[in-house]
Amino acid sequence: MTGAWTIALVVLAVLILLALVRLLRGPSVPDRVVALDAVNTLVVASMIILAVVKKQVIFVDVAIVYALLSFVGLLFIAKYLGREM
Amino acid sequence: MKRFVSTLVPVMALYMWLTAGSGDVFGLWAASELVLGAVLSVITAWLTALHVGSAGVTLPVNPLRWILFALYLIGPFLLEMAKANLDVAYRVITGRINPGIVRVNSGMKTAGSTTALANSITLTPGTLTVGVDEETNDLFIHKINLTEEEAARSAWDSRDLFGFNLPAMIRRFSE
Amino acid sequence: MEAVVLICLVIGLLFNSLGIIGILRFPDVYTRLHASTKATTFGSIFVSLSVIVYAAARFAGDGDRPMLSLALHVLVAMFVLAFTNAAGAHAIARAAHRSGTLPSPSVRDDLNEEAGS
Repeated sequence: MTGAWTIALVVLAVLILLALVRLLRGPSVPDRVVALDAVNTLVVASMIILAVVKKQVIFVDVAIVYALLSFVGLLFIAKYLGREM
Repeated sequence: MKRFVSTLVPVMALYMWLTAGSGDVFGLWAASELVLGAVLSVITAWLTALHVGSAGVTLPVNPLRWILFALYLIGPFLLEMAKANLDVAYRVITGRINPGIVRVNSGMKTAGSTTALANSITLTPGTLTVGVDEETNDLFIHKINLTEEEAARSAWDSRDLFGFNLPAMIRRFSE
Repeated sequence: MEAVVLICLVIGLLFNSLGIIGILRFPDVYTRLHASTKATTFGSIFVSLSVIVYAAARFAGDGDRPMLSLALHVLVAMFVLAFTNAAGAHAIARAAHRSGTLPSPSVRDDLNEEAGS
């Protein structure tokens, strides 16, 4: 079973790299934010799988806090882009 | 008081959920975790009642509403979401899109129910919430594929966006 | 049990990949948001589900306490992910529209007429 989890982790890492292509190419700032949001989601998914591989529940706790903090960060970027602050 | 209780109960439930399996009180919890959880929940609920919630948005107290919410999530909502993803998969592969933004009458009365509807719309087929008119609770929806008839239609209702009658179900647990 | 876990995992990875391909392929911010929000949320939910099924089966099998804890925590992470992604997509779409990035191609824009009048 560990093999399957490891393969899944590798696939997720490749997907994150592909999303980074959009992050770097843009063209507009909102495009980059969309890519960043997708990367955040994939990082959370990777952390959840990592928790199973390492048998450490703390990875999931970190993933929950990471998801919430990235959401707050996203809201601030959105406020800034919308010229509300 | 209502605001205090409506925060205290969910926060305490979340704490117990996350610490289940730590000991043997009631079969699953360590006594120290239960005491610590109760203290932290009271502090959190008290601070929340003092500082947050002036916009009038509170979590529902009635447990029946929470049950209806859970049933909504695992039933019709999950089905719509699966449909949405097959739709997105089809459009990613074929590239067939005809997007546009339409104004939709949500039919919701409170901020909480409008939020629930907006989030449901975002995760269901071909639609994405872009904006909200805070006076009338009308939503602005980006549709990924408008047919000719839809592009010309002027009066949109939130019922038209789903296969099931999700807005009626949302009203039942959030208003 | 192992088959269910693998099927969920494969479905999850498949939809995650479709979401990322959508981000690379679609022409403007709003259509890209469609792909990233729906597909990566659904994909990540299925990845989480596979972990939950695996951990729950391990707990039911040999009463492994940390595995119960793992399943419960992943369930919370799943809900957090679904809510933050939906609300976050709404925030990005609104910010993009306010900052002047209008949908193109587009056949109709009620929000823009609103702002113009």
